[in-house]
Amino acid sequence: MAGVRPDYVRPLDLKHGRVDMTHGSGGRAMAQLIEELFARHFDNEFLRQGNDGATLPMPTGGRMVMSCDGHVVSPLFFAGGDIGCLCVHGTINDVAVMGAKPLWLAASFIMEEGFPLADLARIVESMARAAKEAGVPVVTGDTKVVEQGKADGVFITTTGVGVVPEGVTLSGDRARPGDVILLSGTLGDHGMAIMAQRENLGFSAPIVSDTAALHGLIAAMLETGADIRVLRDPTRGGLATTLNEIARQSRAGMMLEEEAIPVNPEVAAACEFLGLDPLYVANEGKLVAIVAEADAERVLAAMRAHPLGRKAARIGAVTADDHHFVQMTTGFGGRRIVDWLTGEQLPRIC
Amino acid sequence: MKYVDEFRDGKLARGLAGAIAREADGARRYSFMEFCGGHTHAISRYGLIDLLPANVRMVHGPGCPVCVLPIGRVDMAIELALEHGVTLCTYGDTLRVPASKGLSLMKAKARGGDIRMVYSSADAVRIAQENPDKPVVFLAIGFETTTPPTAVAIKQAKALGLKNFSVLCCHVLTPAAISNILESPEVRQWGTVPLDGFIGPAHVSTVIGSRPYEFFAEEYRKPVVIAGFEPLDVMQAILMLVRQVNAGTAYVENEFSRAVSRDGNLKAQDLVAELFELRREFEWRGLNVVPYSALKIRKEYAEFDAECRFPLAYRSVADNKACECGAILRGVKRPQDCTLFGTVCTPENPIGSCMVSSEGACAAHYTYGRFRDAAA
Repeated sequence: MAGVRPDYVRPLDLKHGRVDMTHGSGGRAMAQLIEELFARHFDNEFLRQGNDGATLPMPTGGRMVMSCDGHVVSPLFFAGGDIGCLCVHGTINDVAVMGAKPLWLAASFIMEEGFPLADLARIVESMARAAKEAGVPVVTGDTKVVEQGKADGVFITTTGVGVVPEGVTLSGDRARPGDVILLSGTLGDHGMAIMAQRENLGFSAPIVSDTAALHGLIAAMLETGADIRVLRDPTRGGLATTLNEIARQSRAGMMLEEEAIPVNPEVAAACEFLGLDPLYVANEGKLVAIVAEADAERVLAAMRAHPLGRKAARIGAVTADDHHFVQMTTGFGGRRIVDWLTGEQLPRIC
Repeated sequence: MKYVDEFRDGKLARGLAGAIAREADGARRYSFMEFCGGHTHAISRYGLIDLLPANVRMVHGPGCPVCVLPIGRVDMAIELALEHGVTLCTYGDTLRVPASKGLSLMKAKARGGDIRMVYSSADAVRIAQENPDKPVVFLAIGFETTTPPTAVAIKQAKALGLKNFSVLCCHVLTPAAISNILESPEVRQWGTVPLDGFIGPAHVSTVIGSRPYEFFAEEYRKPVVIAGFEPLDVMQAILMLVRQVNAGTAYVENEFSRAVSRDGNLKAQDLVAELFELRREFEWRGLNVVPYSALKIRKEYAEFDAECRFPLAYRSVADNKACECGAILRGVKRPQDCTLFGTVCTPENPIGSCMVSSEGACAAHYTYGRFRDAAA
């Protein structure tokens, strides 16, 4: 055969197709929906940046970042957190990975008729605590109620705004061949904590979600003055999908070392049991950093000195590759592709 | 991770790779078929091809239960969900198998079908118990490994007196598929598919034992090594096959002795025999209609047989004309030989079933190995 075919995706069938669960999985189907529908109609220079948040010029000078994130996690309360702290952390992280200092949050609640007020109070208290700890207050919001059966308890959408310090430019299109890929800690803790709690699995494991606000860790990394090209938090779709997004944006490839990627033994065992790959399982308190080779050790040291980056590791490098493949040397010394997430691995994970 | 890491030791693998390279005769080629999707997945996931010398080639077999499920059977399940108001439960990847009219169970779910993914047949029984007013059907797929759990589910439903639970039985049999491949003209008459030996299934063999393969080894003069699904198991099995080929022997060896015995699990076999009987014929994707290759529920348990309870008729539906799944499942073609591979047929939009499950030859090559085509 002459060579590998370019990535081809059959166009969305906007006339007869329906939204299915894969469109919310964080994988390729979701990327396609965003590209062919949302981005096409909303098209503008900021959306075209293609990052987790948009970097915008402020009329008075300087740059700000704006990002929003809907949360539909099920169950609402899980080991290590709940939808309340999750919706604060998730949006703070999306703002912070753009290099911005997160300043304010807005929150919109869609509640189902009949939802216990005690549960709502628990969620709001958890949100308030998370916002206070992070120093990012919720400054405005909205509440809506729908009839029983039209939602599942409560859905929360948060929007965050932050300001980018002078001299910081982070974007998914800045990875260059030779750059080093750093990961702030173990993979898959959030996703497997949720899975372990899903009642239909009859499966319990001592796994705790890693949900956390990463802006402190990111500030420490930026303080090193190192040339950090890209930061991103590997949530839905996991590390694999995040790296594929960056590879595509930067028009480069990547080569990972399987043995260098940290995974908690409990998570590895639970994944094994359920036939999942930790590379595709969601995280809510981890980040991946792409850094100029010369600065990698300095950034890694700064990460390891922070409580949220103690297990940080150097997991691979950016390569020149016209196909934008993310590849991995397996523990066996063989090679494989680490592709986008296909289909839906774990629904309603965040 | 205890009991797992031991079988993923990279150093041992390199040792085995060295032994295979030393012992494989440079003057000849070796073609081995791994029957099971579990082996296909391990080979691709761990990049084992990179550890084998160029003259040792692995041919993917038909042992991926999702891949061999014909369109017509998925259509029946969709009909149950959309037209008979049934809560349909099945195992994960089955949801994505392409069916007629551009549908799949996943898409039928988006059209309002109550379709649920379960991890175990017992979950389907539980759903039936919790929803006594709704008919619940378990779409049961798979080889001999998943058949005993389906039998247990039916027995459980009977013991619980459930009136709303039934099974759409699509269980198939490994030895029938192996015979079909060995009898195919490509292997037997034309020799266009050189097969020097088989890696036999791991989990299937824990149930049926190693005895059923003795016939193939003897009748067709092909060595069979039953192997576990861990990458070291696969490497060890390849070495054992190379040695048998070099020695000119053809017998059944059991690499997976930690779980497989010659007779298998007699209790599970008895249970299956009590509830199921052979179907006269069953259509397989790729292998077409194979006589006595699948199971149906015995009439004593007809109340749990969805095919008896609902007005369902099986209609055979041809695959897309350009789709090569059939030839790929028989080892005649490789995924990259299909013009649809990686163009219109991708894991997001599978045309053929081999692109659906990560155990399917096409999905495994697309997901883990397509960089090799770039280098070719």
